[in-house]
Amino acid sequence: MGLESRVQQASPSGGGAMLMMSLWGVLALLAITMGAKAEDTPFAIHMFIFAAAAILALVFKARSFGQPAPDASGYNDDIVRWGALITLFWGVVGLLVGVVIALQLAYPAWNPDLEWFNFGRLRPLHTSAVIFAFGGNALLTTSFYVVQRTNRTRLALGNLAWFVFWGYQLFIVLAATGYLLGVTEGREYAEPEWYIDIWITVVWVAYFLVFFGTLLQRKEPHIYVANWFYLAFIVTIAMLHIVNNLSIPVSVFGSKSYALFSGVQDALTQWWYGHNAVGFFLTAGFLGMMYFFIPKRANRPVYSYRLSIVHFWSLIFLYIWAGPHHLHYTALPDWAQTLGMVFSIMLWMPSWGGMINGLMTLSGAWDKLRTDPVLRMMVISVAFYGMSTFEGPMMSIKSVNSLSHYTDWTIGHVHSGALGWVGMISMGALYHLIPRLWGRKEVYSLRLVSWHVWLATLGIVIYASAMWVSGIMQGLMWREYDANGFLAYSFVETVEAMHPYYVIRAMGGALFLVGALIMVYNIYRTIRGAQPVSQPVGMVSAPA
Amino acid sequence: MHYNFMRELADSWGLLAMFLFFIGVVGFAFRPGSKTIYEEVARIPLQNDSED
Repeated sequence: MGLESRVQQASPSGGGAMLMMSLWGVLALLAITMGAKAEDTPFAIHMFIFAAAAILALVFKARSFGQPAPDASGYNDDIVRWGALITLFWGVVGLLVGVVIALQLAYPAWNPDLEWFNFGRLRPLHTSAVIFAFGGNALLTTSFYVVQRTNRTRLALGNLAWFVFWGYQLFIVLAATGYLLGVTEGREYAEPEWYIDIWITVVWVAYFLVFFGTLLQRKEPHIYVANWFYLAFIVTIAMLHIVNNLSIPVSVFGSKSYALFSGVQDALTQWWYGHNAVGFFLTAGFLGMMYFFIPKRANRPVYSYRLSIVHFWSLIFLYIWAGPHHLHYTALPDWAQTLGMVFSIMLWMPSWGGMINGLMTLSGAWDKLRTDPVLRMMVISVAFYGMSTFEGPMMSIKSVNSLSHYTDWTIGHVHSGALGWVGMISMGALYHLIPRLWGRKEVYSLRLVSWHVWLATLGIVIYASAMWVSGIMQGLMWREYDANGFLAYSFVETVEAMHPYYVIRAMGGALFLVGALIMVYNIYRTIRGAQPVSQPVGMVSAPA
Repeated sequence: MHYNFMRELADSWGLLAMFLFFIGVVGFAFRPGSKTIYEEVARIPLQNDSED
């Protein structure tokens, strides 16, 4: 049975729908039972949230009975429309929480006497909201858009894509509420507890099936390089997530679990995951975005397709080894630290190869930067990609790391990558996508896009430079000895010295947030009163 | 599978196999005639385009 016939089977009546409804019903009952027997309150809350979601899914499925099957002839763009808006929503939430925790660091009074909202619990909420909620939805959305267009086929496996989409939102809600309630494994960028890990694994496998199934039924003989990057991101994240989260729950009715690894093995596993979350979630996936949307926006093919292939293979062969550079001067064996450092330095080559490939796509069309602020945003994002992939390898060198590690320099580095590269390429892609999906020629105001671009750029520059100064100062103060060999500064003196830079950092972050709010207004005006357009399979972009 | 076995595999045959695979795929990108193919497939995002 071909995938296409399976797509047609997904019409909302008959045995398949009954089976799905009973599955959701059983899952809801299971969740309610687990919640009733819960050993801790957060676990009970989470089980009831899960049960509510399962009941919603059941009701939704039941309401589709007797309705005519939805038109499945064109591209599945409804999911892209939902995804585009929800990406924007989570983006604003994540940035807002970021500004709040920046203020908490600058002014301790911002930490209320409520355990749910102090820095320790809001910080993972911020990192997960921007990485997984904003970045993850941007990847889901654009991958669904790109894989359909570059392969000239509709998303495979019918409604499974919708399960991926809503299942992913449920993961975000469970993770976010968990952090506030104190449910955490304490693993960087992988804080959710065991039952949330299992849920996202199911969703992720479904995501892989939808993406890979779409590739299998492609009408285009060649698989365009953007899809390679998206696929590498999906497959590698699955592997990283499963290994990093191997743990044993204390009880199946409780939220607490313990990792299978301990000591330095655990530390290495965490940073093998952590750095490849950067390499495959925040880099490979967004490079897929770059390889589609920059050629699209510049209306020119990528500078060198051959370079994009070399870029792909060298990036994925090198990134996977770079994690140990997070553990310099620790109990990790020296050879492993050096290995991590050497591979990080080698990463300069593919990273800059990719950056050059993205930027040179504009060769002969540089004038478009003057007239098209959306393209300007994408180009600035690639420039930030180049900058942070230069800075990263440099910081992985052991002697540099001995100064930079555990300081704010690292925070600055992360944000030039996350705000500059990830944030701006995603927002650029959304500015391109949204008018086309709602049948508009262009966004409501390109002038406002221009404001967004410059506010965001200024915000990142302020943020990153404040953190350079603060971080290097902090590192130098930590290593300062007096004539008798005593430390020259106490810890609290470094904190005091960093205060002005923390205030400046909060201002930089606020500028980036204001840019995003301008985007929300611009997008709102773009789609107000507009009708979603459906596009026949085979078209690469919507008729203007 | 013991640690030692994995470790020896990683710095001998495993390393060689991955290196050869890498050289292979990169070399394949430079095979004769690839230039024309790549120029064509690089236009995939732009084809059937009714914009502009």
